[in-house]
Amino acid sequence: MDRAALLENVLPIVVALGIAAVVGDLLILSFGEAPATEYRLLVEGTWGNAYGIGQVLYKATTLTFAGLAFAMAGRAGLFNVGAESQLAMGGFAAGIMGLLLPAGVPAVIGMLLCLIAAAFGGAAVAAVPGVLRARFGASEVIVTIMLNFVVLALLNWLVSAKIHVTETLHTPPINTGRVPRLADMFDAFHGSAANWTLLIAIAVALSSWWWLFRTRGGYELRAVGLQPDAAEYGGVNVKRVLWTSMCLSGALAGMGGVNFVLGYKGYYEEGFAGGAGFLGIAVALVGRNHPLGILLAALLFATLSQGGLAVNALVPKQLTDILTAVVILAVATAVPEVQRQMRAAAASALAALNRSAATPSAERDA
Amino acid sequence: MNAIAFLLQTIRISIPYLLAAAGGVMSERVGVIALGLEGLMLSGAFGAAMGSYYGGSAWMGLLGALVAGLVMTSVLAVATLRFKANQVVVGVAINLLVVAVTRFFLRLVFDSASNSPRVPGFGGEGAANAMLASFANPVVWIGLFALPGLGWLLYQTPFGLRARAVGEKPEAATTLGIAVGPLRLKGLLLSGALASLGGAYLALDQHQFTDGMTAGRGFIALAAVIFGRWEPMRVAVACLLFAGAETLQIQLQGAQLVPSQFVEMIPYVLTIIALAGVVGRSVAPAALGKTE
Repeated sequence: MDRAALLENVLPIVVALGIAAVVGDLLILSFGEAPATEYRLLVEGTWGNAYGIGQVLYKATTLTFAGLAFAMAGRAGLFNVGAESQLAMGGFAAGIMGLLLPAGVPAVIGMLLCLIAAAFGGAAVAAVPGVLRARFGASEVIVTIMLNFVVLALLNWLVSAKIHVTETLHTPPINTGRVPRLADMFDAFHGSAANWTLLIAIAVALSSWWWLFRTRGGYELRAVGLQPDAAEYGGVNVKRVLWTSMCLSGALAGMGGVNFVLGYKGYYEEGFAGGAGFLGIAVALVGRNHPLGILLAALLFATLSQGGLAVNALVPKQLTDILTAVVILAVATAVPEVQRQMRAAAASALAALNRSAATPSAERDA
Repeated sequence: MNAIAFLLQTIRISIPYLLAAAGGVMSERVGVIALGLEGLMLSGAFGAAMGSYYGGSAWMGLLGALVAGLVMTSVLAVATLRFKANQVVVGVAINLLVVAVTRFFLRLVFDSASNSPRVPGFGGEGAANAMLASFANPVVWIGLFALPGLGWLLYQTPFGLRARAVGEKPEAATTLGIAVGPLRLKGLLLSGALASLGGAYLALDQHQFTDGMTAGRGFIALAAVIFGRWEPMRVAVACLLFAGAETLQIQLQGAQLVPSQFVEMIPYVLTIIALAGVVGRSVAPAALGKTE
């Protein structure tokens, strides 16, 4: 990325985060507390100790998958608002795979099979809006939203009526395919949910970057997102790209389910996604649909989410949820605005340059 | 099962859908995607509880609902109209924002994580027939007339003609001297007022605000808008249909013919089928979601 493009992507985010910080300050002041104290508490409760760091890393892992899912569809010009149910289905599929595998399967193979099951679970859900969009031009925004309710109700029925432990809303515990926790290796993380799905998330983010920017498939996907008609003219099968990128997006969301199901609890539990699918939109937005930006943005939102618990004694923990929504609104409004301003500034600078170039040199020298 | 009781309960359940769906039609017909309906309803419900609690009457509750709903609508309008932010993103953000803000104030004002204290509603308590008495609520009547009224507004008035023009072909509307921005703003404000009344109905009917009490009703209303192909009377029928399915499920609960989860899916599955064009194509207003 050259410097101008970097500036165009980073500056609006800085502006937006500044706006969100001001709103946060006002809310804290309205509670009669000092913003500086709150922010110090927030940072100490998250990055100040191993447990806090572990919790942030755990939350960031799920958010990375959800953010990548939204970005992958976004690069193809599609809006996947269904990461929430794709994530749930992915977790469910991983859980079922873990339950079905016989006890003697080597751990690594078990994990891999569960991860694949999760990806297929998410992709299967996303295939519906993908195919309906490619075949009938149906709005993938609406279909993914509607499908969220359908899939969550279906999973609710499966778990509550078919395969649950009595008196709970979760499946029996899984023995094969469990992902080890960070605490198994580093004692300091004891009690936190952080687990090695984190490494899978980083690997998947890097692979997504490589695929998007270094392969023909990724190039076609981005071409469809920028100019579908031009891509079609250039020989890209636009319909195929539309539904395959939706499936890819769903697979990314689905893999996020592994973090909770195999890495944390060891079983599928009703409602584990808890809005992370929607936060993925925020992550992708702040990360500018770029896999590396998404890793950073996931850390930011995970910090806010965990930080709410740290400040809860002084101000309600919903303060950080409000801040999260304000960040989304601020980014959504600041990005087009700042980019417009920057383009206007560039255009007027160019015009000035042209004017001076058009002036005869003799006149200028005089 | 008593047919009259079934009809009355269907109407009661349909009121929040009818109001929010009317808001959805208004918003989408001027070209703004109505993804924030759920949040606008929830803010209306909270505003109603606050107004009724402090004002001491359900009428103050309605006022509170309108204030809360219109504040949120203004945020949405500034983001989408002034700053041309992506409407899908703003809609999702508004929903997240309202959930967080209502929880924040629930704790701040009522010191509770789950619900407000009991607030006054519209009469009818202790009446001989509770089902009939619930029709003493003026919001019921606003709800029943919202979509027919909107149909009249859209098809019989100059405002409606302009609104439809702005939602279909904003460039052409501009050429004819219609100011697109202000017209969309009026449409959005009307939309927000209707949706917040839908939320107010819930809070005043249950005499309290509970956390997340809209429970996806805004999305069912959005489904009704699409299933009814953005035509007010068709949308009204869709709302009644969805409410009827819900009533049936409540009344048959003892029988366990179909798991309740499958009844919950009905509005969404029907809408997906409608979008796929299996039974008559559902085509959105042409300028829906376009920012420039």
